[in-house]
Amino acid sequence: MSDDKSRDFEVVNRSVPRRDGRAKVSGRALYVSDVKLAGMAYAKVLRSPYAHATIVSMDTSRAEAHPGVYNVLRGDDLEGLNPYFGHAVKDHPLVAIDKVRYAGEPVAAVIAEDELTAYEALELIHVEYEELPAVMEPQESLAADAPLLHQRQFEAGALRGFEGEVTAGRGTNLCQEHHIKWGDVDEAFANAAAVAEGEYYFPMAYAYAMEPYVAIAEVGDDGVTIYSSAQHPFMVRHDLKTIFDMPVSQIRLIVPFVGGGYGSKSYTKIEPLASACAWKARRPVKLQLSVEEAMLTTRGDDALTWMRTAVDADGKIIARQAKIYMNTGAYAENSPLVCEKSSNRCVGPYAIPNVQIDNHMVYTNTVPASSFRGFGCAQVTMAGESQIDELAAKIGMDPYEFRLHNAARPKQEFFPGMRPFDGTLTEDLKIVAENIGWKEPLPSGHGRSIGCSASDAGAYPLTSTAVRVHADGSASLMIGSTELGQGSHTVLPQIAAEELGIPFDLVRVVSSDTAITPYDRSTGASRTTTLMGRAVQEASQEAKEQMVRMAADVLGVEESEIESVRGGITCGEARLNWSEVLTRYYKLPDGEVIGRAYIRKDKDFAQLPVFWEAASTGIEVSVDEETGKVTMEKLGTCGDVGLAINPALAEGQDIGAATTGMGIGMFEELEFDRNQLLNGNLLEYRLPRFSDMPRTVKLELVQNRDGVGPYGAKGGGEASLNSLPANIANAVYAATGARIRRAPLTPEKVWRAIRETRAARGENES
Amino acid sequence: MELRFELNGRDVAVECEPQQTLSEVLRNRLNLTGAKISCEVQVCGACTVLVDGLPVSSCTYLAYEAQGRTVTTIEGLEDRDRTLHPIQQCFIDEFAFQCGFCTPGMILSVKALLDDNPDPTDDEIIHHMDGNLCRCTGYVSILKAIRKAAAVMKEGRE
Repeated sequence: MSDDKSRDFEVVNRSVPRRDGRAKVSGRALYVSDVKLAGMAYAKVLRSPYAHATIVSMDTSRAEAHPGVYNVLRGDDLEGLNPYFGHAVKDHPLVAIDKVRYAGEPVAAVIAEDELTAYEALELIHVEYEELPAVMEPQESLAADAPLLHQRQFEAGALRGFEGEVTAGRGTNLCQEHHIKWGDVDEAFANAAAVAEGEYYFPMAYAYAMEPYVAIAEVGDDGVTIYSSAQHPFMVRHDLKTIFDMPVSQIRLIVPFVGGGYGSKSYTKIEPLASACAWKARRPVKLQLSVEEAMLTTRGDDALTWMRTAVDADGKIIARQAKIYMNTGAYAENSPLVCEKSSNRCVGPYAIPNVQIDNHMVYTNTVPASSFRGFGCAQVTMAGESQIDELAAKIGMDPYEFRLHNAARPKQEFFPGMRPFDGTLTEDLKIVAENIGWKEPLPSGHGRSIGCSASDAGAYPLTSTAVRVHADGSASLMIGSTELGQGSHTVLPQIAAEELGIPFDLVRVVSSDTAITPYDRSTGASRTTTLMGRAVQEASQEAKEQMVRMAADVLGVEESEIESVRGGITCGEARLNWSEVLTRYYKLPDGEVIGRAYIRKDKDFAQLPVFWEAASTGIEVSVDEETGKVTMEKLGTCGDVGLAINPALAEGQDIGAATTGMGIGMFEELEFDRNQLLNGNLLEYRLPRFSDMPRTVKLELVQNRDGVGPYGAKGGGEASLNSLPANIANAVYAATGARIRRAPLTPEKVWRAIRETRAARGENES
Repeated sequence: MELRFELNGRDVAVECEPQQTLSEVLRNRLNLTGAKISCEVQVCGACTVLVDGLPVSSCTYLAYEAQGRTVTTIEGLEDRDRTLHPIQQCFIDEFAFQCGFCTPGMILSVKALLDDNPDPTDDEIIHHMDGNLCRCTGYVSILKAIRKAAAVMKEGRE
């Protein structure tokens, strides 16, 4: 679709206040945790104390006899259901069957008249386990004599989101592997002017959606209805269709406001367990997890990356090679796709002629890992952007100049076969460098760094919508995307209001009910503004085309005589707004027209990725050499967003992402003490707080309208996270000379590294 | 036991168990679901309500401790004519939330601060607000909203 770039916008590209503002500041915004249904029971989950064990026997009779308990759900009593789910690999039982694969895995659920009774009854269940040897780390898990987590062979799920097979279930603990190769890395490294090489670690991180997972399920004659905090209700529907062997029309997912997602609510989580409880108890059941249980449900994939990068005598990057071991924990979830994406994201944002990436996603007896903001890119950018600074230091080049020299250029096909680069990284880098005062002198103990990233984003393009224009001139959008806080309930009506030429306040969003709203594959990978935004734009245009035909009909003229103008049509002297067109057409001041749009992998979206998500980030830190404490003093971000439909919301995404990146870079990490999660609560898992924020923050957006979304928009909201952990490592190096290759850079790690660096230089302890 | 207290300007009486928390009484008995439950260990601030004007974590504050006291929840902040409190309006104006789950607790913490200290410095704001977590915004927009609310409320008094 061609857009007139000189057109003046009336509603888009403006920071209109959030549509959900009043509901969210007044406590009236509805989340699933606030929902109660008539006759509703409550489920609580008994979890495995062992990381790997066979379930020898289970006695639930005392729990079942406990007053107020309706039923106990257990893995050996699921006849009539297909109990395994997983959109990529169907390896995940909705409750443990025969064995447990991580400490914290659900082994039974009590369904009772209230939560307290359900809790009490958990203690009355007796389970006898036979402990098996556990494997906690990928390389240990790939050893020839390692205990096998999954004995069955799996077929790749139809909705796995990538081409090719899955590796899971072929007699080893390898869940997935992915390999990329072009050019000849061996020759390039042999002829390099300089090479940087190292091993880097990105930690297990917890997304901390403030609202823990929650689902309310009801199984009745008309199918399964679930209120859920899911990001992708249509994907969950597909898993439940298989579990219950029902047509999709019988599975209804309803998602009201979601209290944070950040990828952690992508795909199916507790909906199978909640709906199995409702099926067993024959009444609606609410399953509300605690934060501590959420930490035992999903985490981000940790990654150990060996990488080397080479430059020629002119400072051009000529080769990169990486071997990556990632840890998906006990189940595949979305990690096979994380494996592919993290491999792809080792390359950008640079144009490199010789590349070889070998990536292994491995099962271990830890909490299952899946999508988390940044999605593979953050993991490998810790390695990639650290290494860029190390290489710049080796050849005596300013790391900022080195990036400018090598960054992918606009329209360059830097990844063979993928969409040519649709961003302007050199512009982004320059803005950030300016905003953090790159060339200015620094106080002692301070260091600066700049970084960038580019991710193949947008996931798979399959999105549809309906725009209903009513006879009073107002409109309703039927939106399958979920409002996680990113602002889709504001951005999408801005687009419809712009296209229909009606006031923003007249557009209402009806969202995220699979029985009502048209199909949208997912809300993730920064895709909603681009894909659903484009669908809303096209559906609004289609509604207008229909109203032009209606106007021709009521005026008794040819369609060609009608001119579509803002908010209505003209024909000679006659001018009708949409309300007048519909009212005259239907001969009543009521009724509607429905505009539709179907986005698929075709035309503008034929080539993946849907867009490159690019950004630059820069920071200044101070380091207390006596304690190792790192303080972020300045933060600059520049999101390469094509066009910001709502600039304040787009900037909000960038700083939110950067703050999580700061957390992972400085203190966030799930730690295991042998087989048990050591810090599985918010007292011990350290999150960014008010006092951690830099006093100087500069957020900018580059808007070159170079995306395929509406008016040239692209997505944002992850890229500012991706480069932040490396930013911190690089800035600490600049401040202290200590190179730390494992995130997070906790005070202890920094303190030790400073001492080791001094010792290596032969300096005395001062 | 019978629990009587003043809730958002009117007297309430409810039956409660001695071990019940204030959030359980508010959310389950009185159907005021504005206070959110997240960490359950007084770290995140999502469940913050005001008791006699001071912020408490209603997830761990026992309901009976509110006996005879004055409790303010997010539902009690609007005027009778539904005009938003200046803090609420400033949170909207400054895009000081995204998912909104931390927002009720965040706003009540700000109210406790500004009622006690109408003209706080940035350091005082940050110190006071350090017990309210937000995973979405990166806090900067919240800081702006608090500064603006302080100015608006000051203007309202003059």
